[in-house]
Amino acid sequence: MTDKFISIEGIAKRYPGAGGATTTIFENLWLSMARGEFCCVIGHSGCGKTTVLNILAGLDAPSEGAVIVDGQAISGTSLDRAVIFQSHALLPWRTVLGNVAYAVSSKWRRWDRAKVRAHAQTFIDLVGLTGSEHKRPSELSGGMKQRVGIARALSITPKMMLMDEPFSALDALTRGTLQDEVRRICLETGQTAFMITHDVDEAIYLADKIFLMTNGPGAVLAEVVENPLPRDRGRTDLHRHPLYYALRNHIIDFLVTRSKTFAAETPDHDPRNVPMVQIGKPGLTIASNGEEQRQTWTSGTSPGLTA
Amino acid sequence: MTTSSLRLRAGLVSIVLLAAFLGVWHLATRSTGTTATMSPEYAKLMGLTATQGKSAMPGPLDVGAKLWEHMKRPFYDNGPNDKGLGIQLGYSIARVGAGYLLAVLVAIPLGFLIGMSPLLSKALDPFIQVLKPISPLAWMPLALYTIKDSSVSAIFVIFICSIWPMLLNTVFGVASVRKEWINVARTLEVGTVRRAFTVILPAAAPTILTGMRISIGIAWLVIVAAEMLVGGTGIGYFVWNEWNNLSITNVIIAILLIGVVGMLLDQILARFTRMVTFPE
Repeated sequence: MTDKFISIEGIAKRYPGAGGATTTIFENLWLSMARGEFCCVIGHSGCGKTTVLNILAGLDAPSEGAVIVDGQAISGTSLDRAVIFQSHALLPWRTVLGNVAYAVSSKWRRWDRAKVRAHAQTFIDLVGLTGSEHKRPSELSGGMKQRVGIARALSITPKMMLMDEPFSALDALTRGTLQDEVRRICLETGQTAFMITHDVDEAIYLADKIFLMTNGPGAVLAEVVENPLPRDRGRTDLHRHPLYYALRNHIIDFLVTRSKTFAAETPDHDPRNVPMVQIGKPGLTIASNGEEQRQTWTSGTSPGLTA
Repeated sequence: MTTSSLRLRAGLVSIVLLAAFLGVWHLATRSTGTTATMSPEYAKLMGLTATQGKSAMPGPLDVGAKLWEHMKRPFYDNGPNDKGLGIQLGYSIARVGAGYLLAVLVAIPLGFLIGMSPLLSKALDPFIQVLKPISPLAWMPLALYTIKDSSVSAIFVIFICSIWPMLLNTVFGVASVRKEWINVARTLEVGTVRRAFTVILPAAAPTILTGMRISIGIAWLVIVAAEMLVGGTGIGYFVWNEWNNLSITNVIIAILLIGVVGMLLDQILARFTRMVTFPE
């Protein structure tokens, strides 16, 4: 990895448990992301995905280790890292425009009202909410609320977007539309994105890299799966790609069985050099990160991959 | 349509109930005719109670007539023991207003601090728990001794009784602002003061206003008792003075007016509460 825009370096999160014992959610977690990359984290509930995201956002501090963004260790929250919350987290006493304008005026405090409004309006238009500016969140549908959340996150022109299962509370149709929009916006603006999801298809459609985490407590990042599908993939013909099912099966196999047994089966797992899985390219080694990341090809766990 | 017809029917039932109450009241207190024959001078001396079997309790017509008299001259002032009802109510409302306003000025900022700081919250909790259940009137001797002014003491009693619901509701409202809203402010790097005014205050406002509504109710309950103790002016003093005059009619009128003013105060706060309540 030549361009480590975001680098999580050996972070751990522990909570004091009953009787002086400490519960370790995860420890010695290393991962990195390049600029403009879209990464998804998949893992079962309780593996600490949300904690990782909160640490990246600065809402939570790691018990050990550090997070480096753009060459600087982070301390606390920042307007460079926007968060899209699962529950949209709109302020219900403000209108759509008011919610977005609140973020805009927080970033640019000297701007006058007209400038703030104009800037907020651009992003409301971007997410397709033109005409609903003066509605309150209670008057909006779930999908529209999440659009406001996206507009609010984008309006501060962050360096990266952090999304905690942003579409999980939405119906399938709305989720699909919003995924399309998020993908379009991220590609257009070259946004770096880190997203937690439970939805395998969502990860395959959106992500460049998929991080697989084992079950907690004591969760580890088991492998990084590189998405072999072309960058200009479309929602409608996604499943026709020859590697689609191989990729999907690999992730589902992991979630169903290997997420439980990974720790026992892989005693020599090195959290600093998490294996990079490249589905459909068994023989290929990557020159740029061959030093850091061990190339693995586990044909036994991903049957039928001979593309 | 259904709601309006329901309202109409409820109004009708209210009127029937009121009429029934007034009717029973009238029948129970009416004159039952001459009970004994006596010389006119003696009859005059004995009054209607003895001559016509009239109850000592005034009937609705007596109260209505007296009320009308008061309504025509609400603000007359014939010296310390004979003032119009408007003046008496005015004194009471002014005392409640002063004590209540002082309590707002103390309770809301203090509640904000306590609600935002778990340390202060824990440290001040025992004091609040002990002070809260004290009857406000129990403070009266202490207030009279230290302040040495009966009128100001009454204001102090109102202050001390209306502070607790406001303080506790403010603490609760501030402490239970949704974590996600706070997190929104944090990710936007909003400073503490701006966060307090743009996120915590609007989010806690409905709870704070509910506390203020409870407080104004309690304050209005307490002022009557406080004025009975301190005397001089006010609707509470009026009630006690008229009891000493054995004017039950005036006592009933005062009771009615205390209820009406209390309702109005409550409605004003209810309106404010609706203004700050947001749908989720």
